[in-house]
Amino acid sequence: MLPEAIEAMTAQMATVGNASSLHTSGRLGRRVVEESREAIAQAMGARPSEVLFTSGGTESDNLAIKGTFWARRDADNARVRILVSTVEHHAVLDCVDFLEAHEGAKITWLEVDEVGRVHPETVRAAIGTDPESVALVSVMWANNEVGTIQPIAEIAAVAHEFAIPVHSDAVQAVGQVEVDFARSGLDLLSISGHKIGGPQGVGALLARRDARLVPLTHGGGQERQVRSGSLDVPAIRGFAVAMRHAVAGRAAGAQRLVTLRDRLIRGAQDARFGVQVTGDWEPGDGTRRLPGNAHLLVPGCDGDSLLYLLDAAGVQCSTGSACQAGVPQPSHVLLAMGMSEHTARGALRLTLGHTSTAADVDAFLTALPAAVERAQRAQMATSAGSTSRPAQKSPTRAM
Amino acid sequence: MRVVAAMSGGVDSAVAAARMLEAGHEVVGVHLALSQNAATLRESARGCCTIEDAGDARRVADVLGIPFYVWDMAARFKSDVVEDFIAEYAAGRTPNPCLRCNEKIKFAALLDKALALGFDAVATGHYAQIFEGADGARELHRAVDMGKDQSYVLGVLNTDQLERSFFPLGDTTKLQVRQEAAAHGFYVAAKPDSHDICFIPDGDTSRWLTDRLGEQPGDIVEVDGTKVGEHKGAFAFTVGQRRGLRLGQPATGGEPRYVVEVQPRTNTVVVAAGELLGIDAITADHARWCGPPPGGVVSVGAQVRAHGEETPATAWADGDRVEVRLERRIRGVAPGQSVVLYEGTRVVGSATIARATTIREATTRETASTAATGEAPASG
Repeated sequence: MLPEAIEAMTAQMATVGNASSLHTSGRLGRRVVEESREAIAQAMGARPSEVLFTSGGTESDNLAIKGTFWARRDADNARVRILVSTVEHHAVLDCVDFLEAHEGAKITWLEVDEVGRVHPETVRAAIGTDPESVALVSVMWANNEVGTIQPIAEIAAVAHEFAIPVHSDAVQAVGQVEVDFARSGLDLLSISGHKIGGPQGVGALLARRDARLVPLTHGGGQERQVRSGSLDVPAIRGFAVAMRHAVAGRAAGAQRLVTLRDRLIRGAQDARFGVQVTGDWEPGDGTRRLPGNAHLLVPGCDGDSLLYLLDAAGVQCSTGSACQAGVPQPSHVLLAMGMSEHTARGALRLTLGHTSTAADVDAFLTALPAAVERAQRAQMATSAGSTSRPAQKSPTRAM
Repeated sequence: MRVVAAMSGGVDSAVAAARMLEAGHEVVGVHLALSQNAATLRESARGCCTIEDAGDARRVADVLGIPFYVWDMAARFKSDVVEDFIAEYAAGRTPNPCLRCNEKIKFAALLDKALALGFDAVATGHYAQIFEGADGARELHRAVDMGKDQSYVLGVLNTDQLERSFFPLGDTTKLQVRQEAAAHGFYVAAKPDSHDICFIPDGDTSRWLTDRLGEQPGDIVEVDGTKVGEHKGAFAFTVGQRRGLRLGQPATGGEPRYVVEVQPRTNTVVVAAGELLGIDAITADHARWCGPPPGGVVSVGAQVRAHGEETPATAWADGDRVEVRLERRIRGVAPGQSVVLYEGTRVVGSATIARATTIREATTRETASTAATGEAPASG
């Protein structure tokens, strides 16, 4: 967490005051909330009234998708289709799954190309000849695993030809690439505190003033009657401070991250283990892929072995995701990009941030060859004698 | 040493991991995901491979401050343990899946992966002891707590595997282990013991098998071939079983009848009064030695189930095959069960029972076979 955000938050925690109350301390709390709202609006190219505070990215996604689906369906029963990309975060995927299972929603999946990108024409084709049936479109700003940045403004423009509202989860993008709510043309945009150096447990949904949302929580009518509940004033203040820093330092930071990322990817590719970079990578470019994202595929390895070996060598990275019991699962993003389950198991995601240095990248590149060699041996040990997974022994197309 | 602590989520493996750490080793906790649909909550107090068990193991690792990983071995477990279990029952035998799991998964796939990743050994919460013998080789011994002793299910380990294994609880009673867990602040200190087969959480093996193999109605007969009842699948019966036969009429002497044989080819279950159950000659194959194989005829104690008694016996090995002659007859010995041989507290090795009969019958058969082939009985 950013020291300035900790400081602001700590100071705020020492004061009491429910921002909803009318007495003096309540007014003071409310002032902090509204100043924070203004700061976030300014940083995001939004109006203050468009900022709805939530408990984080997941709640923002839920409010945007369920709230819009219900509002649009209430206005017209035929509007039950949700157009959503196959590479979304689970906060979006599980949300639309829920609406399909319990609320009669029909999902039209927006397929991605081999770098994980949704093309505006794919959206147009999905709207097809039946725009009246579409409740909303949801496409993330940038993918959290492979870093691919989506053509959000173009997608929004296509949907708006048919007056269909568009939501984007920009949790991964804010602070790394320029995210301007007004210029994007979006109706709804999710952001989160802890991804930009702020506290966990706070986020916001940016919602155009004409966006109609059915609330998920009912009560005191806070946040435009859409999100009831007393606000977490210290967290909101920390969020705003972090946001200001993230956006102000973004351009310079992004260039530094692009340089580090390119050094990492080039170095890993030189390691002679057949390591591949996934997604859209062009050296020097920070607009097609998140500057701080490096996502690698290591053939013949289980990602969890690499994770352990690199962690033991002092490098923290991640694979994809795990099920509730903690079993590593092949990433749905990589599968959506056309990879086999076997190839997807060798995924390694490295995220570079403002504290990352060239020395960190070099430490990773030094540790990588031994880790890959060991992980490949471990996979052979585990799959030897296994009769149920013969596919693992044959070469896959991505290798 | 760098050690993988296999953590099931139970109290034993939790304390085993803690003890390895206290002994100064570098410990990493690993939970094995053995179920293909691990995203289910525990159905009863017992069972494993559930979200709760993985969570309990992770919680203990967090308290200990050690790294923790979940390794997915569900595919290996299914092919090497679960499918073997079904195939054995379908063939009329009674397998012990815990031995198979130790042989194929915990001290094979898990150990091999750990070694490949640069670890030196695996530690588990089994109640058994490893001592260094006179020649410096590792020996497997019974646990101090005979009520919890698990050396039987470890009788498949060879010296290479023993060199790479730690059983930190072998010198401790279960009560002490629970007290130690509580002292560490482990939430699992009072977690119930698991007794059932982990992949059959409700303990109803017969129904579980019927779900997979389908109902196969057949006859229950007496030794002379007289039909006395019907069943829904011979695979669901085990030699020595008395309950669940649902025989229409009582035996002539009024004595209870037991399963004495399962004949998979004709789908027939043979029953008899208790006295016919006793056997004292065992032929077993698939021998695994926890040290050097016995040379010649040796005096041993033979144990035929996980928590059974040891019976004095003599045994001799012939390659993969083991002959055991018991000093007194024992009941309920089914083909497919493992016979584990002991010398004092030391585990000599184990083998899978192919035939259990009486010395009288075995002698008759050997004489007949010698007459037919002209070979010495020992080489058969």
